[in-house]
Amino acid sequence: MERNLTFIALFAALIAALGLLPKFTLMSGIPITAQTLGIMLCGTILGARRGALAVILFLVLVAIGLPLLAGGRGGLGVFNTPWAGFLFGWPVAAYVTGLVVEKWRTGNLSLIAGVASVIGGIGALYAIAIPYYMLTADKGLTEATWTMSPFIPGDLIKCVLAGVVTQAIWKARPEALLSRS
Amino acid sequence: MLALTLPRKTWAHGVRAGWKLAALALASALLFPVDNLWVLSAALLAVVALHLVTGLDVLRYAVWMMRPIVFFAAIIGVYHLITWDIAAGAAIVLRMLLLVGLANFVTMTTALDSMIAVVEWLLEPLRRIGVNTHAVGLAIAMVIRFTPALVQKGAALIESWRARSAKRPGWRITIPVCLLALDDAEHVSEALRARGGLTKRTRT
Repeated sequence: MERNLTFIALFAALIAALGLLPKFTLMSGIPITAQTLGIMLCGTILGARRGALAVILFLVLVAIGLPLLAGGRGGLGVFNTPWAGFLFGWPVAAYVTGLVVEKWRTGNLSLIAGVASVIGGIGALYAIAIPYYMLTADKGLTEATWTMSPFIPGDLIKCVLAGVVTQAIWKARPEALLSRS
Repeated sequence: MLALTLPRKTWAHGVRAGWKLAALALASALLFPVDNLWVLSAALLAVVALHLVTGLDVLRYAVWMMRPIVFFAAIIGVYHLITWDIAAGAAIVLRMLLLVGLANFVTMTTALDSMIAVVEWLLEPLRRIGVNTHAVGLAIAMVIRFTPALVQKGAALIESWRARSAKRPGWRITIPVCLLALDDAEHVSEALRARGGLTKRTRT
């Protein structure tokens, strides 16, 4: 119980820290934040339930007014925008990512975690974010998808990184990989 | 780490957080289906007036909080200029400014502890069915405490990277940052257990 709670809280803090670290971008030249990488890692390291809870905890803190989103954004306003579907989709993304890692147990962990991140962090996330954008900004499917397509290459890079980082964590702290315990 | 609340008290701080949030939800739901440009413009003027009544510094702070929105609003605006569908584009941009402005106003004028009180009130039904809601308050406090600590330790890692390498710190730094978070989690959970752990008592 205590262990679950502290892991959930520390990973909520990790999502925030990955978005707030100064002088840090995932790939030099490409301005992508590591915050969605944090969402994927919640799933691959903590597993489905704990991962989703960590993301929900993070979003609650953003909603009550802490500037934890990348670039120091936060407050209730970010949930009232047409692209808030990404925020609402994050817990689902972490859950799906975690579920895949929990169920698929044979093979190379970095491959499994990477594929899980593609399914959860891109598939499930955009399945929520695109319809939400269509509904709130009054757009068609093609235009909504076109608007969001520039983010997909960065997301794919993050999926590969999520796989590599998960593998490294598993080597360094096998007992801490709750998705496999 | 500072919350996004205004640094000074205004009349709106006196209004109960629950009422402000309920009013925000109601206003958002009512404004969401509106397409009429006159109604939206009038509502936006009313929101600006609401800020002005509260103070000029409040309006300035609100504009500052709008930074990320402006960028997206510009993209949508340009798109609608190209497709020559200006009325629809204006409605979308106005509605967005309106909804975000109202929500930010509530954030600016509500202290963090009143917000946490609302979260606890919302969790009350869960407590009745046996969920340990005391843990939620503890978790919130832990994130508020550990986020700046993790950022600080991560920044130290980045500094030591820069001291040793000509290359810029990249994704590899996420591995030790993750390990820091995991180790902190283990330590804190042991410390909690050593002090009696999470009991199901209610907060006094």
